[in-house]
Amino acid sequence: MLTQEEVSRYSRHLIMPEVGVDGQEKLKAAKVLLIGTGGLGAPVAMYLAAAGVGTIGLVDFDVVDVSNLQRQVIHGTKDIGKKKIDSAEETMRDINPLIKIVKHEVALTSENALAIMCNYDIIADGTDNFPTRFLINDACVMLNKPNVYASIFRFEGQATIFAAEGGPCYRCLYPEPPPPGLVPSCAEGGVLGILPGVVGLIQATEVVKLILGAGEPLIGRLMLYDALAMRFRELKLRKNPECICSTGDMKLIDYDHFCGIQKPEPPPLVGEISPKDVKTMIESRQDFILIDVREPHEFQIGRIPTSNLIPLGELPKRIAELDPNAHYVLHCKMGGRSAKGCDVLRAAGFKRVFNMTGGITAWSEQVDPTVPKY
Amino acid sequence: MAKILIPTPLRQFAEKNNSVAVDATTVGEALASLTTQFPDLRKNLFNDEGKLRSFVNVYVNDEDIRYLQKDATAVGDGDTISIVPSIAGGRC
Ligand SMILES: [Zn+2]
Repeated sequence: MLTQEEVSRYSRHLIMPEVGVDGQEKLKAAKVLLIGTGGLGAPVAMYLAAAGVGTIGLVDFDVVDVSNLQRQVIHGTKDIGKKKIDSAEETMRDINPLIKIVKHEVALTSENALAIMCNYDIIADGTDNFPTRFLINDACVMLNKPNVYASIFRFEGQATIFAAEGGPCYRCLYPEPPPPGLVPSCAEGGVLGILPGVVGLIQATEVVKLILGAGEPLIGRLMLYDALAMRFRELKLRKNPECICSTGDMKLIDYDHFCGIQKPEPPPLVGEISPKDVKTMIESRQDFILIDVREPHEFQIGRIPTSNLIPLGELPKRIAELDPNAHYVLHCKMGGRSAKGCDVLRAAGFKRVFNMTGGITAWSEQVDPTVPKY
Repeated sequence: MAKILIPTPLRQFAEKNNSVAVDATTVGEALASLTTQFPDLRKNLFNDEGKLRSFVNVYVNDEDIRYLQKDATAVGDGDTISIVPSIAGGRC
């Protein structure tokens, strides 16, 4: 039900048969997540707030910089140095105090994406890097939520809806990201300040149309916009039957790694080995023995498939079963008990003994999120 | 002659041209002619094995060549070949 205040505010919608009271109530009930409150997110957030989208989530962790103001019109000069989500919220509340704004002050990651995104009906991707775009795509495919997508470069934009029911996903179009350095970013290549306004409002339009169920959604079509030529072109997008969105082989991965971005890793401690390195050893079939020193009930919760269970308490009496010349990696839940286990083996004269840093918890976080954390 | 549209991020490798006319009967020939004319484009369009990179799509008119005859897709007078690379910008 719309309140009297809402009826007055949205009257120009209500008198249009394509929206009407029913449509406005759909907008009010809708939950839309905007990932990024920069160039694209700014106009999307402002217009969706004005249109009366009932719940708008914002994901950003950046602060407003003076160089943003050339295009990110949701932020003003007074906001320099403020968190973008706070500044965006303030502008949106001023436009429309009747809606709910949910702030997620985080960088979207494989660990938090599903938990954040599952609370929304529609996702609008306004991010600026390939790892996050692949992450959003994959999470939208897994959650079966439409991803209203746009991207911009200099004076060109692309827009479409990915992962809608029966429609293609981002990977159907681009199975893999470009290697770093081959495609310049906006920070390197520049962007016409007005461009995200035009392209962002294509996104906002498609969000509103999806909510209303009105018109022809931009599904299976890639809209290309060239501001200099002032020309819109449309290309066909097809669902690729070989894409993981069709084969169902979908899980969230390490997207920085996928996109070839090197993260500085802390130097390993002596006698320690990272879960990722253990994974590499398993995949390359290196000759080593993986010992899980947790208790049997913990082993039942989740385990690394190639591991052998020897609870820490049993290790001293079972040491005779083990070849002192073999290569061992030990792990537990967090890394503490297995460090003690390593000491037991080393004290018995075992030379090649390593502790997997962070235990199975780190394994779940860094290698295989399907292994439950407990 | 078919027309190849060069997208913004790749124009720097094509002497800033936004479109190039080529004499070719297939997409493969058209791209070969383009990269002969502008050798710097080659590494952006093709990988070391000479295959089209997976973050670049090629369209003849509005259809993706992956769903036509790929490199062998015929082109002729009046056809437009679009090179569409992935771009990521947005929050910036
Ligand atoms: Zn797909």
